[in-house]
Amino acid sequence: MSKIRFSRKTLSIPYFAFLILFVVLPLLLIVYYAITDSDGNISLVNFIRFFQDKNKLGLLAFSVIIGVANTILCLIIGYPIAMILSNKKYNKSAVLALLFIMPMWINFVLRTAATRDLLYWFGINGGEHPYLATMIGMVYNYLPFTIMPLYTTMLKMDKNLIEASYDLGAKPHQTFVKTIIPMTMPGIVSAATMVFMPTMSSFVISDIMGERKISLIGNAIQFNFDQSRWNDGSLIALIMLLIIGVITLLTKNVQKEENVRGGLW
Amino acid sequence: MVKKIFAKGYVWIILFLMYLPILTLIAFSFTEAKNIGSWTGFSLNLYRDMFKNEEIVEALVNTILVALSAGIVSTILGTLGAIGIYYSKPKSKKIMNGLSQIPVLNAEIVTAISLTILFVFFGVEFNFLTLLIGHVVLTVPFVVLSVTPKLKQMDPNIYEAALDLGASPKRALWKVIFPEILPGIFSGFMLTITLSLDDYIITAFTRNNSFSTLSTYIYGATAKKGALPPVLRALTTAITLLVFIILLIINFRSKNKKVVNHRGVRQ
Repeated sequence: MSKIRFSRKTLSIPYFAFLILFVVLPLLLIVYYAITDSDGNISLVNFIRFFQDKNKLGLLAFSVIIGVANTILCLIIGYPIAMILSNKKYNKSAVLALLFIMPMWINFVLRTAATRDLLYWFGINGGEHPYLATMIGMVYNYLPFTIMPLYTTMLKMDKNLIEASYDLGAKPHQTFVKTIIPMTMPGIVSAATMVFMPTMSSFVISDIMGERKISLIGNAIQFNFDQSRWNDGSLIALIMLLIIGVITLLTKNVQKEENVRGGLW
Repeated sequence: MVKKIFAKGYVWIILFLMYLPILTLIAFSFTEAKNIGSWTGFSLNLYRDMFKNEEIVEALVNTILVALSAGIVSTILGTLGAIGIYYSKPKSKKIMNGLSQIPVLNAEIVTAISLTILFVFFGVEFNFLTLLIGHVVLTVPFVVLSVTPKLKQMDPNIYEAALDLGASPKRALWKVIFPEILPGIFSGFMLTITLSLDDYIITAFTRNNSFSTLSTYIYGATAKKGALPPVLRALTTAITLLVFIILLIINFRSKNKKVVNHRGVRQ
């Protein structure tokens, strides 16, 4: 028997096997349960049930709305912060930026519960105002994820182009819309994807902040599995996977275009 | 000038709001009142209760145990994976990089549920190993993502040079490639630890129900009683302090490193 020759590419075999076993195979099982009925026969009954159920379609639409709302709120609050942090005139050290990221190291469940307790003290009861409390909880949790990619993009941004735009007679708002926004687009896109998808699929924040009165896609997946309705749960998980896949493909194109443009400059 | 005050003011207001929940819990960790907002006199009893609370101590130990185990397994698996992928043919490189992206992009709840299905489907009992696998799935792609840039920055000739000078491929890997990518391995390891410490969803779906981490313990405590139990306010202080100290050390160290590099360049 010949000895297997050592080669650097063979080092990835354990990693590859791990991915196949614990990433690909589980997802195939989700697809399997989504396209079979409870007796294990291939059928589209789960799809039909889902798309005929107004509650479930409403839940899907509601999750998208919450996701979009949170993305917009985080961008509106976070964009100016990233701009100020990356501007040498206002901020000379990176310590301030570190302070914005530090909450991410404090346990996520603890942070969310702390936010809920504080709102409770201020008279915003999650049971009475589930939407408001959930939105606040979402913004609290995802703001650092918005600031981080925007900040790193802005640090790399060529400041001369902004100067050039002013020199060529652009007004501040024109410079912002025509120069700064396009230059920071990759950061905006990655911030938006880092906020939108986790928001619509989250279930911990809506559970804790909304006192279980709010249901998002994540809650629906969890609930169906809790009730041992694997087929329905898998279908919703599959829909979530498809949404993620489509968004990934779409944003990939945006970012590629940006790169090409960056290369031209 | 006015603009500068306005900008600084905005940053500090948002920072203040961001830290307000945590700071409030810390402030009220020095009183025994049942709920935040009422003050029943200064006391350190919550801190004493925290160290006496076996559930909390056990959850803390478990959390660290899981994070370290996942950190070690992910770092080894991911580093070897990154090296292997980097030297693979373009086609298999593309496939493996694509697969690596799945856990990063996927919703955590979907990853968690898919693992639950896998284990139940094959009749595997939930134990420490299933939890560890869950955490490795969550974190290993980030090790690959941290190590790969270091491989790209590396001078490809030094490995060849080591072979020409008579080193065996294994020795060249250990003595030449490994030191070059060490910073990437270290940041991958740190990333793994932080992701694992913070995780709730994967943990909740892949653990044995008798095994609790800080996340599942806190979630259970808030689900049952509504407001956080007072003793968790003391825990918040402890965690925040710990994170703050670690970040200070990291910040201090990276500043020192820059100085050393600078000197190195000048020499």
